Amino acid sequence: MEITLSIILIFMILGAIYSLHARDLLSALISCGIVGYGLVICFLLLKAPDVAIVQIVVETITLIIMVSVVLVSTRHELEETRSTSIKIRSNYRLLLNIAVVFLVMIALFYTFRLAIIHLHPFGDHVLRMSEAYLDGAAERTGSANLVTGVVFDFRGYDTFGEATILFTAVIGVLTILRIKAKK
Amino acid sequence: MQGMSVIVKKVSQLVSGIIFMYGIYIITHGHLTPGGGFAGGAVLAGAFILLVLAFGNELIKLKKKEEGSSITESLAVLTFILLATTALLIGTHVFFKNWLPKGVVGDLISAGIIPLYNIVVGIEVGAALFTIFLALAIYREEI
Repeated sequence: MEITLSIILIFMILGAIYSLHARDLLSALISCGIVGYGLVICFLLLKAPDVAIVQIVVETITLIIMVSVVLVSTRHELEETRSTSIKIRSNYRLLLNIAVVFLVMIALFYTFRLAIIHLHPFGDHVLRMSEAYLDGAAERTGSANLVTGVVFDFRGYDTFGEATILFTAVIGVLTILRIKAKK
Repeated sequence: MQGMSVIVKKVSQLVSGIIFMYGIYIITHGHLTPGGGFAGGAVLAGAFILLVLAFGNELIKLKKKEEGSSITESLAVLTFILLATTALLIGTHVFFKNWLPKGVVGDLISAGIIPLYNIVVGIEVGAALFTIFLALAIYREEI
């Protein structure tokens, strides 16, 4: 299980790195999609189908919107801008940069090891609240799907906030695009 | 916005209805099976986006659609707040309290007010995503 997860995570990291160095925006976007769909498989392996459904649908819709509507620049334009922005660096600066990156990485990894030693094992719940939610939640909320029961009953305020956030996002998009189109 | 070829138009005609039905299924069975308002609403928005992309539309029609979906989204948020307030007025005088009768666990009509929340949130999410898509399409046409 953990080995499968690690393999998928490595694929996701590779996709994210490739999307930075891709030739044009379309291939960068599609390799970004690797991250999203890999996350879907991770959620399914961790037995969270609710989150997996949301993730796969939202990932697909954002990909469609990006490809069909937002993307206008072609490969030719990008290569022109890229060739002008590259400058030759001195060799000494490059070596210094790599050395600093390695030092910081070692320090971060060491502190990360120190930090996770005292944590509970993976998947173990820490809060008392989660036990209270699980105890007879089906009878108290009447909903067979526990996640929906928690989202709309115990944590109603959170869902309310999410709905309001989406509403605010739509208002923001409309406002910005209208101002830009009028100019 | 330009439409696509005849094959794409025909296939999207056949498929979009099924996608729409699947979205409604996810929303209405949100308290029984995995899924719920957010996932189902996104599926509904996907069905609409598929139709608009396949058939294309003129700018005026796109603007009209955007107005309609924006109004739908605002009304859905308003209904969500009103549903949450009904508990304060009618039921037990607690905000967000599940005051309707619970019913048998596992039935389609059960869990009190949760299915109503699911439906309202589904409409809201679908209309919001569709509005964002239409706004970007209109912006691209106008620029």
